[in-house]
Amino acid sequence: MKILTGNDLKSGAVVWWDGQGWSIHITEAVDAGDEAENIIAVESAARRVNAAYAIDAEQTADGPRPAHIKDRVRALGPTVRPDLAVPAVETVGWDWVI
Amino acid sequence: MYQYDKYDQAMVDARVEEFRDQARRRLEGKLTEDQFKPLRLQNGLYLQLHAYMLRVAIPYGTLNSMQMHALADIADKYDRGYGHFTTRQNIQYNWIKLEEAADLLADLAKVEMHAIQTSGNCIRNISSDQYAGAAADEVVDPRPYAELLRQWSSFHPEFAALPRKFKICVIASEKDRAAMRLHDIGINIVKNDEGTLGAALYVGGGMGRTPMIAPCIREFVPLDQMVTYSEACLRVYNRHGRRDNKYKARIKILVHEMGAEEYARQVEEEFAHLLEQGVEPPAAELDRIRSFFQPPEFAVGLKEKADRSDPDFALWIDRNCSPHKVPGYVSAAISLKPVGGIPGDATAEQMHLMAELAKEYSFDECRVTHAQNIILPHVEVERLYELWQKLDEAGLGTANLDQVGDIIACPGLDYCSLANARSIPVSQKISERFAENGKGELLGELKLKISGCINACGHHHAGHIGILGVDRKGTENYQLLLGGSEAEDVSLAKITGPGFNEAGIVDAVETVADLYLAQRQDGERFLDTYRRIGMDAFKEALYG
Repeated sequence: MKILTGNDLKSGAVVWWDGQGWSIHITEAVDAGDEAENIIAVESAARRVNAAYAIDAEQTADGPRPAHIKDRVRALGPTVRPDLAVPAVETVGWDWVI
Repeated sequence: MYQYDKYDQAMVDARVEEFRDQARRRLEGKLTEDQFKPLRLQNGLYLQLHAYMLRVAIPYGTLNSMQMHALADIADKYDRGYGHFTTRQNIQYNWIKLEEAADLLADLAKVEMHAIQTSGNCIRNISSDQYAGAAADEVVDPRPYAELLRQWSSFHPEFAALPRKFKICVIASEKDRAAMRLHDIGINIVKNDEGTLGAALYVGGGMGRTPMIAPCIREFVPLDQMVTYSEACLRVYNRHGRRDNKYKARIKILVHEMGAEEYARQVEEEFAHLLEQGVEPPAAELDRIRSFFQPPEFAVGLKEKADRSDPDFALWIDRNCSPHKVPGYVSAAISLKPVGGIPGDATAEQMHLMAELAKEYSFDECRVTHAQNIILPHVEVERLYELWQKLDEAGLGTANLDQVGDIIACPGLDYCSLANARSIPVSQKISERFAENGKGELLGELKLKISGCINACGHHHAGHIGILGVDRKGTENYQLLLGGSEAEDVSLAKITGPGFNEAGIVDAVETVADLYLAQRQDGERFLDTYRRIGMDAFKEALYG
């Protein structure tokens, strides 16, 4: 599956395309399929997202899991600062990153 | 230390307001990200793995207590209560909001600080010896010269768009505590046989994907021509440096491909031309700068030896204190590497404490080191014990300077969008391993440096033991390197062989440390033993 990620323009927070808008929870990401480039263009132009890009992911019982470790680290926060993790970590757990 | 005059302050204030307008236009959609990116980068604002990251310049690593307090306040007000001191003597904040960035820069400007030229293909923050002005072995305080170069290089229109970024380091002692020869230009201020001070210039060093040790281009430049000679070095680079390939654009590639001799010849030609142009700042300006770096009013007749009856304190003195040029004083290192901690990170509370201690014990000064620690440069020996007690109580009293636990680590894949692997967890595991098994106490000086990618922000090429994180088919893998040094015995580390996974690299470090302990002769550091017995013995221990 293809999921979309980027950063919130104002706060810089990592966000994921949830089909309606941008969520900070990777667990809410949806398959953008062939629409990925269109969504990125429209949402970037409207300043609802910054520096957006599409990535490969696999669907799991806990939701989408990015193919690359870099995006999995982005999804939860620094592995060395669990106190700063986004709430999605409670669903997927830190083992999900590695 | 240097204080802004009205011109410095006006320039920095104007830059804040310029950026405020640029950020507003970006937020209103009047600038695209492609248009805004180079503008924010010129103000040190990156978009990193999790959020915007701001890199703040700390000129030659020197801070007063007011500035350190301000950095702590910024961590609390605009970030998440901490900052990360870097291998270029700067500080980075990892969680900055674009809508607040201009206010942050305005707060920095109030304490004579900024983030200008901490990114982009320009001359970056000038680095120096963290013991400048205090070291017993320096021929002169190098900071006035670093400050002169800072002023010359700030907003220098000719060097605002170099082929690639450019880093300058200035030291003034035979001992190199600042990785001087691993900079684009390394300047060592020396005294010649006549007792005259001059600058030895080393050009074309660096780490990154193609590590190089800078060759000496000129052994002695009169100090009243140092800026002119530096300008000549930059001009030749700006003229011939490659702009077609980012990976071959640093000056080290130019010097290597052109040859040091030919590069030096062209620099001399340019230098002769520039001498006629009168580009050197007037001597009065250097005198004005120098006046800010007068030694503090040191007391005389102080006790020169501390009471060492507390063994933990005695260990801290031995490991973390350095000789001072004035009897009765030492320079004290505050380790930001507690066992299992994150190298270089400090909380706002810790920064406030370090600021208070700098004011109370060190004539209002502290320094950031390239090894990601903090120095209090001028501490009375008599007051060391009470200082250490306060540090220890706050978790800042770790006695491990230049020991295996004093690991340099870049932010790695936990924070950096360029990284291929995480650096911090590896540093934490190594630090914990050597604390738990007690071997850390046996090893002596052992500089271990970890980078999460080939860009080498963690200086792995210069580690006695270096670790490089790489991406191997989507998983983290770590290469082990041995034999590097950033000091006056500079050398580049060599890769041992196939890499290891996260657990394996910790074991591998222990294996090479064990071999050292078994093989070392009297007084040998790890690096000395490596150089004596060679790589093959270590390979045999690692791979059989």
